Amino acid sequence: MELDSGHQRKPLNLMGRMLMRLHVDGPLLLLLLLICGLGLFILYSADGQSMARVNRQLVRMFVAFCAALIIAQLSPNLLRLWSPWMFAGGVVLLVLVEFTGESGKGAQRWLDVGLFTFQPSEIMKLAVPMMLAWYYHNRPLPPDLRMLAMGLLLIVIPTTLILRQPDLGTSLLIASSGVFVIYLAGLSVGLIVILNLLFAGIAPLYWHFFMHNFQRQRVLTFINPESDPLGAGYHIIQSKIAIGSGGIFGKGWQNGTQAQLEFLPERSTDFIFAVIGEEFGLLGLLTLLVLYLLVMARGLYIATQAQDTYSRLLAGSISLTFFLYVFVNTGMVTGLLPVVGVPLPLVSYGGTSMVTLMAGFGILMSIHSHRKFMAQ
Amino acid sequence: MSGRDPIKDTGRELQMFSVRAITAAVIALLLATTVFTRLVVLQVVDHQHYQSLSQGNRVRIEPVPPTRGLIFDRNGILLAENITAYQLELIPEQVEHLDTTLQRLRDLDLLDDEDESRFRANLKKNARRFNPVPLKFRLTEEELARFAVQRQNFPGVDFRARPARHYPLGQLAVHAIGYVGNLSLADLERIDNTEYAGTTHIGKTGVERAYEDELHGKVGYQHVVVNAQGRSLQILKRSPPIPGKDLYLTLDVPTQRAAEEALDGRRGSVVALDPFNGEVLALASTPGYDPNAFARGLSSREYARLRDDPSTPFLNRALSGQYPPGSTIKPILGLAALHYHTLNPWEKSYCQGYYSIPGNDHRYRDWKIEGHGEMNLVDAIEQSCDVYFYQLALELGIDRIQLIMKLFGFGSRTNIDIRGERSGLMPSREWKKKRFKTPAERVWFPGETVITGIGQGSTLTTPLQLAYATAAIATHGRRFRPRLVDAVRDRTSGEIEQRAVEPQMVINIGVPGDWQHIIDAMIGVVHGQRGTARAVGLNSEYRIAGKTGTAQVFTVGQDETYDDLDLKETQRDHAWFVAFAPAAKPRIAVVVLVENGGSGSGTAAPIARRVMDAYLLDQFRPDDGT
Repeated sequence: MELDSGHQRKPLNLMGRMLMRLHVDGPLLLLLLLICGLGLFILYSADGQSMARVNRQLVRMFVAFCAALIIAQLSPNLLRLWSPWMFAGGVVLLVLVEFTGESGKGAQRWLDVGLFTFQPSEIMKLAVPMMLAWYYHNRPLPPDLRMLAMGLLLIVIPTTLILRQPDLGTSLLIASSGVFVIYLAGLSVGLIVILNLLFAGIAPLYWHFFMHNFQRQRVLTFINPESDPLGAGYHIIQSKIAIGSGGIFGKGWQNGTQAQLEFLPERSTDFIFAVIGEEFGLLGLLTLLVLYLLVMARGLYIATQAQDTYSRLLAGSISLTFFLYVFVNTGMVTGLLPVVGVPLPLVSYGGTSMVTLMAGFGILMSIHSHRKFMAQ
Repeated sequence: MSGRDPIKDTGRELQMFSVRAITAAVIALLLATTVFTRLVVLQVVDHQHYQSLSQGNRVRIEPVPPTRGLIFDRNGILLAENITAYQLELIPEQVEHLDTTLQRLRDLDLLDDEDESRFRANLKKNARRFNPVPLKFRLTEEELARFAVQRQNFPGVDFRARPARHYPLGQLAVHAIGYVGNLSLADLERIDNTEYAGTTHIGKTGVERAYEDELHGKVGYQHVVVNAQGRSLQILKRSPPIPGKDLYLTLDVPTQRAAEEALDGRRGSVVALDPFNGEVLALASTPGYDPNAFARGLSSREYARLRDDPSTPFLNRALSGQYPPGSTIKPILGLAALHYHTLNPWEKSYCQGYYSIPGNDHRYRDWKIEGHGEMNLVDAIEQSCDVYFYQLALELGIDRIQLIMKLFGFGSRTNIDIRGERSGLMPSREWKKKRFKTPAERVWFPGETVITGIGQGSTLTTPLQLAYATAAIATHGRRFRPRLVDAVRDRTSGEIEQRAVEPQMVINIGVPGDWQHIIDAMIGVVHGQRGTARAVGLNSEYRIAGKTGTAQVFTVGQDETYDDLDLKETQRDHAWFVAFAPAAKPRIAVVVLVENGGSGSGTAAPIARRVMDAYLLDQFRPDDGT
């Protein structure tokens, strides 16, 4: 069958034509700008009214948006051709980290490349779904057992390396981005169930043989926060108090006592969601959640409109992974999930993950804006 | 499902994808709803509960910084301790008229411009008006007294005791011990921030930096009851900090003091090692500076003055100063010649005051213009004959020279246990090929081999490196990694952990007689009739093996005569002396460098003698109470 997505060229206004020429997706850009703006606003309050940190974050956002715009100019075909190389390069860098990486705070994740240090695991966040989409794009779908095994192997290699660093949260999220590709490629429901059972069987083994003590501690703390009131348990207790005391309307900007009196740890990074809850209440959080859902929805829409398998799988995986980040962070801050150290996308203070996220959105924009409109 | 068709079915694929995407979106929506439900429970259903918890959130966890470990020398003499320092502080909410208060403090001469501007900067950063802001660090006793009598007139201003680092011996061994200073942004990048909660200072150089982890200890916590504004009211419970570990250095204070006193007023360095275990007995670099000033906090003006001082007090000459070794390497070259049998050590050759490579009329001059006359190897070391070593070097060739020199540690770091060491330079053909760009520059010339024979040319060494090499001669080739820390003591358990002696590969060249031959020649330098350093050998109670060296800084033209008096001080030669003693059973190896000191025998050798006396002779030893 020929490609037959039945698109009609919609009449575009001036603004739309301009954005299209720049390969920018208007709705997505607007949503991202709204979330980032809200993020800066709350960062100012969460971080002791320090304009210096807000400015630094602003610079990072600028860099991240530029990265997105540059990537949006590349055609999906080009991205597809690059995928295996990026993946291979990323794996090589991870192996390098294993041997030469700089360890920051007890975990070996950073690679010193002269001018700056960076985490190769950031590359893998995009390289893994790209690689899997590349692998499946010209093969008959849904995948058979052999293709499933190959896909899983492509996921296991980088995630095992990242696990050894040790970074449980990141490796699980990267594994998920790959699993999303397999799921979207049409893996049969029966196999999905079997895989889940397998995973449930492996988990206890993993606990005994591969987990570091601090990682086990985090899970134990999750089950009983009071057991570690100084460390992670303290985080969860204080964060629940912050959110709960915020009520429906919140205590008002810069008026959150939990945040301002420094009871809430990691206020500007992993736990910034609690600051929003304390100062803007349920309404503030709901607004943010809706914005995140809309971003995911737009991403999935772009995926369904994509004209080749590679673009479709990749766009779908990027959108779902983005939402997974949101869910893991908000779940952790509200005490639904263990504290795994995942930042709130686009809002938490910090640069590396922001650039990767925006690069992902750049790919979405590239996929959407490089479609060819076919005559009927 | 029967659709295992090898041909891609795009239409079906697209339809399946849409179903999958919509399913995923629905699951995501469900997850979002879970979070939302959780939020409703927290923020609506249990809101009252959490609100009262938030209002009653009275217990804050505060860090209690550990006390830093102490540092002692090998005899137990205290080198770094913690004292109580008083700092003047101001609590903004208790001061009505800030400007007049500051002015009155200035009238009392307790504040200067710099204190005030720093205070105003800190005041802006301080979010809570009930928290004290420091006005002045480290009040002197006299300032403390001056303020104490006026105290009741300054509501909201008070002094507070804080622990502070103090170096009771002042600038003694500052380049080895190092100092602590205020935590900088760069420091924060490399440390575990929770471990440094409440700590204001960190080791910046020397042992203080290299053994930071041992010295620091582990942070403690206390639960403090605070009121709604965050003011501390009461301590509920405490998990006390674990104090840092004490360090026992290999340094010997009397030896170190002798070195610094002997160097006083000059730019130079002394390194003394125990040749049989690598213990650093003295490590001096002059001029030094007062580490207490750093612990107290230097004003930017004071810092700039030290930084821009032309005699570079911050430079640790012992580790980072790189100089041509001059004649001090002649014993090693002699050993190399014996190893490769390129000469008969008893055969005499004639020194006429200059040397020319056969077929070339360029004259490489001896320091003694009229020449030394008939010389064998021992004579040439004793009298430091340049011509003999020009020829020796040419016969050995640069490849063999650099091979042997590298065995003695030239061109690489000794890996002493503090930072800042430089590797010096041992030139070779490969080095020239890498270092230079044009083919003409990349060629190794015989003339370069000739001047390498007297430690000139491109060769560079640090005093520590030369001490390491000298110690290796003393031990007939056994080498040990130099180290400053001998033992680490856990203050809570009293447990002492001795640092291991680290033997390195033995230099296996020549036969034992060759080594003794060279050592005898070095004894001749100090005790022989015509030895270049015979002046320091007079009336010594022990036998010394040594070698003088003079490193040229200023190149003398082919037909000029060298005249010290005509040269500016900074163009004068660097003076070296290397030695070990007692010659038969060495206990100390010493290297002395005096920048622009002129002659090794006149300037450097007497310093080495004082250092060795301080270590070897009983009358200079500290009273050990027996």
